[in-house]
Amino acid sequence: MRVEPQFLPSTEAVEPIRLLDEAGRLAPGAEAPLDPSRTLEALRFMMFGRAFDARCWSMQRQGRLGTFAPITGQEAAIMGSAMAADPARDWLVPQYRELPALLRHGYPVERVVLYRQGHPAGGFVPPGVRVMPYQVSLAAQLPHAVGIGWGMKLQAQSGVAMVYFGDGASSEGDFHESCNLAGIVDAPVIFLLQNNGWAISTPRSIQTAGSDIASRAPAYGFPGVSVDGNDLMAVYLVTAQAVERARQGGGPTLIEAHTYRMGAHTTADDPSRYVDPETEKGWARRDPILRVQRYLAQLGEWSEDRDAQWRKEIEADVDDAFERASRFPPPRASDLYEHVFDEVTPALARQRRWHLQEAAGGDEETG
Amino acid sequence: MSETRENLRALTFTQAVNEALRQEMERDGTVFIMGEDVAGGAGRADFEDAWGGPFRLTKGLIGEFGPDRVRDTPISEAGFIGAGVGAAATGMRPIVDLMFVGFFGVCGDQIMNNAAKMHYMFGGKVGVPLTIMTSIGAGTNSAAQHSETLYSIFAHFPGLKCVCPSGPYSAKGLHIAAIRDDDPVIVFNHALLMGRRGANVERDDVYGLHVPEDPYVLPIGKSLVAREGADVTLIGTGYTTLVCCEAAAQLAEQGYSAEVVDLLSISPLDEETILESVMKTRKVVIVDEDYPRCSVASDLSALVAEEAFDYLDAPPKRVTAPHTPVPYSQPLEALYLPNRERVVSAALSVLA
Repeated sequence: MRVEPQFLPSTEAVEPIRLLDEAGRLAPGAEAPLDPSRTLEALRFMMFGRAFDARCWSMQRQGRLGTFAPITGQEAAIMGSAMAADPARDWLVPQYRELPALLRHGYPVERVVLYRQGHPAGGFVPPGVRVMPYQVSLAAQLPHAVGIGWGMKLQAQSGVAMVYFGDGASSEGDFHESCNLAGIVDAPVIFLLQNNGWAISTPRSIQTAGSDIASRAPAYGFPGVSVDGNDLMAVYLVTAQAVERARQGGGPTLIEAHTYRMGAHTTADDPSRYVDPETEKGWARRDPILRVQRYLAQLGEWSEDRDAQWRKEIEADVDDAFERASRFPPPRASDLYEHVFDEVTPALARQRRWHLQEAAGGDEETG
Repeated sequence: MSETRENLRALTFTQAVNEALRQEMERDGTVFIMGEDVAGGAGRADFEDAWGGPFRLTKGLIGEFGPDRVRDTPISEAGFIGAGVGAAATGMRPIVDLMFVGFFGVCGDQIMNNAAKMHYMFGGKVGVPLTIMTSIGAGTNSAAQHSETLYSIFAHFPGLKCVCPSGPYSAKGLHIAAIRDDDPVIVFNHALLMGRRGANVERDDVYGLHVPEDPYVLPIGKSLVAREGADVTLIGTGYTTLVCCEAAAQLAEQGYSAEVVDLLSISPLDEETILESVMKTRKVVIVDEDYPRCSVASDLSALVAEEAFDYLDAPPKRVTAPHTPVPYSQPLEALYLPNRERVVSAALSVLA
């Protein structure tokens, strides 16, 4: 008898779930999972994130901030998921493109300013704030999230770990190892993939030959879902369901939010050299902030006046963030030696003494 | 250098590497390049070559050699460096780009357990003619994970050759040497050297600026004397060779003649050139940006102490970064890097 091996079919990309169309209209028969006041709460963070990006970009160009990764275009993916997390019990585990989610979770915005100034105080997350520091090493945060989730499960806590990463990071070995481990131990982890189309200049089309990334999840024994990442309501809906399932002991979920990086990878990048302007225009029409504003306008909750008022308030909030950061004393030369170990070792203390004597002016403020 | 300023063929460091890669790809069809963003093709022919890597080392190559030989990879360092090992072991001469040396942790097994050991463990029957290019160094405000030097770690492994160019001339010669070498070679390119605009021909010291057009090889395992002197030996590696040259110029103003040894090859080590210089000047300052513990600097210091002790007028002196991660803060980073002043002061202390 001739044996015909059964080769598994290639998976087809599924249509991402969508609730709000580009005009902000709710899909027929759909109910909005966020009420107007929570929608406004999310929108405020989204608009703040974009305004903060713009301010930081101009400060970076003036040499007053270091390299950072903007979030513009990805606000719905970030806030739709963040709104489903409970700051009192859930952990957020960021890559580096989730700013408004961290703010809602309690990370003080002036610390972000300090972080981008390279100030040693910037990396400090206040006690009680369930946010891990930014992760610049791609995908390295994924195993951490599995450990955080698994730890909470062992302690019979109801929290979940929501870990953010991108399409590029999904190609690292850490992604595979984390998903595999999370599946085995049923860790309460939400793998929130922001597929923004680009890994610096490398497009998603040559990042993986797979049709989508969400479809990898079943191979690890847990569900995956594909969602319009520029649709606040849809991202919230699927994330809230995944969080609820994880709280009940149902294990991890992989959420692929299809969004778009409306600009540079970081301040060190110039996308005008490799991004097709037509593609960018197409995504501009799908702007996640406009979509929410149009939706709210239909409910009578948004107007040009309100928009102008909010922009003014948000600019003042951004000013305030920089003002509060400026009150921190500038780093001192001795900070170079702090935090290498819990306590400065005798050898480092000797080096510090010698270095400070050598550096003209001793331990004066450097700024 | 016999060239005068008038007939200098001045290239930037980046142009010199680019020329080396192009010439070797033209010469040998088994040479190909892969890594993150090296092609910058953006997946569309009309946007091909938009990037050429974060330091533009591979700029223009995809246009000449096509996407099969200049390949953007997924963000999978273990995958593409491992693929480089496999291809190298079976007849190709891959060049893989590890964007920042700090990323080696992701692909350490492929470098340390495979590239380095394959030849030894298979009785010398398998060669791994793999070239890894990677960027090193602080001074670009890029924080602790994107500013390390770390060549000491790789030099620790038998079976890996490690070279570190100090300027356009050595960059071209060492990249060609690495590609043609039958062993795995890691080329450490300093971000500050790659970031230099123009060829700096205004400098009095033209060391390493002239770049011959024809391909040439700087032998791996050889150091060069960048500046001759009689009173003290300054040893630099990559960027710190420039710091040593600057310090030597300042020492000259103060009446001291400093010799600068440009290490170039970290593994194997050119013990002969180092010892010859130290035995002549009887004093040595070793300048290294890497973490100071278990480092190239401590290795050189031990070499000099063990092999030239009777010649020394003063203990070997090291000028290094502190044993801390690289700070993100710009003013702290400025304190972190070895600089001219620190080298001069160290030299004066051994000259005293």
